[in-house]
Amino acid sequence: MTKSFATVVDIAQDIASGKTSATEVLEQHLQRINERESEINAFNLVTTEQARQTAAQVDADIKAGKKLGPLAGVPVALKDNMCTRGIETTCSSKILEGWKPPYDATVVTRLQQAGAVMIGKTNLDEFAMGSSTENSAFGPTKNPLDTSRVPGGSSGGSAAAVAAGFAAASLGSDTGGSIRQPASLCGLVGVKPTYGLVSRQGIVAFASSLDQVGPFTHTVADAALMMEVIGGHDPLDSTSLPQPMPSLSSVLEQGVKGMRIGRLADMPDGCEPEVLARMDAAYAALQSAGATIVDISLPSLSYCLTAYYLVAPAEASSNLARYDGVRYGMRVETGDLHSMYGATRAAGFGAEVKRRIMLGTYALSAGYFDAYYGKALKVRRLIANDFAAAYEKCDVILTPTSPTVAFPLGDKTSDPLTMYLCDIFTIPTNLAGHAAMSVPFGTGAHNLPVGVQVLAPALGEQTMFRVAAELERAS
Amino acid sequence: MSTPAAGSNPARITSEVVAKVAKLASLKLSEDEITLMTSQLSGMLDHFADIDKLDLENVVPLAQPFPLKNVFREDVIVKGLDRDEVLAAAPAAEDGRFRVPPSSGLGEQ
Repeated sequence: MTKSFATVVDIAQDIASGKTSATEVLEQHLQRINERESEINAFNLVTTEQARQTAAQVDADIKAGKKLGPLAGVPVALKDNMCTRGIETTCSSKILEGWKPPYDATVVTRLQQAGAVMIGKTNLDEFAMGSSTENSAFGPTKNPLDTSRVPGGSSGGSAAAVAAGFAAASLGSDTGGSIRQPASLCGLVGVKPTYGLVSRQGIVAFASSLDQVGPFTHTVADAALMMEVIGGHDPLDSTSLPQPMPSLSSVLEQGVKGMRIGRLADMPDGCEPEVLARMDAAYAALQSAGATIVDISLPSLSYCLTAYYLVAPAEASSNLARYDGVRYGMRVETGDLHSMYGATRAAGFGAEVKRRIMLGTYALSAGYFDAYYGKALKVRRLIANDFAAAYEKCDVILTPTSPTVAFPLGDKTSDPLTMYLCDIFTIPTNLAGHAAMSVPFGTGAHNLPVGVQVLAPALGEQTMFRVAAELERAS
Repeated sequence: MSTPAAGSNPARITSEVVAKVAKLASLKLSEDEITLMTSQLSGMLDHFADIDKLDLENVVPLAQPFPLKNVFREDVIVKGLDRDEVLAAAPAAEDGRFRVPPSSGLGEQ
């Protein structure tokens, strides 16, 4: 399992109480980056100087007796698809290499206001399209627990940074599992909040009806604290839900007595036996803590992959139309505007991004719209209906996060469809807009971590965190 | 869930359609890329045909997780982005504007 590093909660307490300083904590993390980053490649950019300035400011504020934010002095890493004013934001794509955004994402501002120290921008599959972080234009990230294996993706750099002790916590984005799957493969807690609970202003858009931002942490309590800092209404995001962030830290000790836990009666094929064994152990642990296990079915589950891989590329093909060599990033000069667009996009985008733009454009094009995109939206309705029926019988649903533990680098890169199958358990939540999180729950094959996924209905975060905390106590 | 071999049903999409889609997407693809893309997209579309067996006749499409309404803000002046900072990130700018090459109207793909 992961080497134990100090948690967000402990670091914040120790800095606030004067047991250590923000500068001291930062230097410990920078030291670990110096030791292992060349091997892991978690970061596109380490913001050493800015981080030292922020940490020094936190220490000065403590000395001056100022009121501190809940994350004062905590080193946090950001997925490199989150805008940071004046600091390079690339989405691990050549097309945005060197781009310095003119504003901060709302989640970045909220972390700053809470006193967090931004330590760097992490690697990802280009434009968050992938499940292994091998699609990055700047080279793959390695899993810190076994560097011959992938950390998962697309937020693989954010997961690896926390698992390697480079940052105490990080933020990722999750369109089809891009936080939960790498959390599972790296032995971390990873949260995909309810659609609209966390602002997406300043997050580079991939598929706008699916994208959400969430944290990676070592513990459930850390994830609760991070969520409380980044969540809640933002007038700058028109899809932001108009309610305040519920308290999560306060519910973690409430247990699961009387709760109904949904178990999939029709588990899809392809799960490793060790993963299924951990699922049985998870159900047993919750049962002995006073919950009831209820069998449920999601008849449309096996069709989610198709719905997702039509809806997400369709939205991406539209969102990525903005990379045309005019307003930001690179340009390939030609004599004519239209050939400049085509040449810039051909040189700037990698193979997987091109594939998804093509698939999405095709699914939306005249003559094919009804057969593909239109049908996919109907399947999306079916899965939402399945969940609604299931949640009549249970409060949360437990599934594996990933059918397998971390796989070797290069294992799934030759056939895009094999890679897409990694997302079978994580995609349905995004299609429905619900909440979900992955919690480490022991190990499977090769002694690598297995994550259990807790699914909850929209705005079911409090219930979801109670279950996650119980699983953590039992693991 | 089975994974069909890429290109097992070459009739599902032709290289002519792929070339047309590339033009719609403003992506200049090489002949080799079009051949590879035709085979890969064909394999995916084969796989995606699994939903053809569902009866979707009376199902209402779901495009967004929650019903969304347009959001308006108060009609008051707020500071926008700094123009110089925005233009500094552009490949080419002139006189406070983005600079682009001339448009022939047709384009060459």
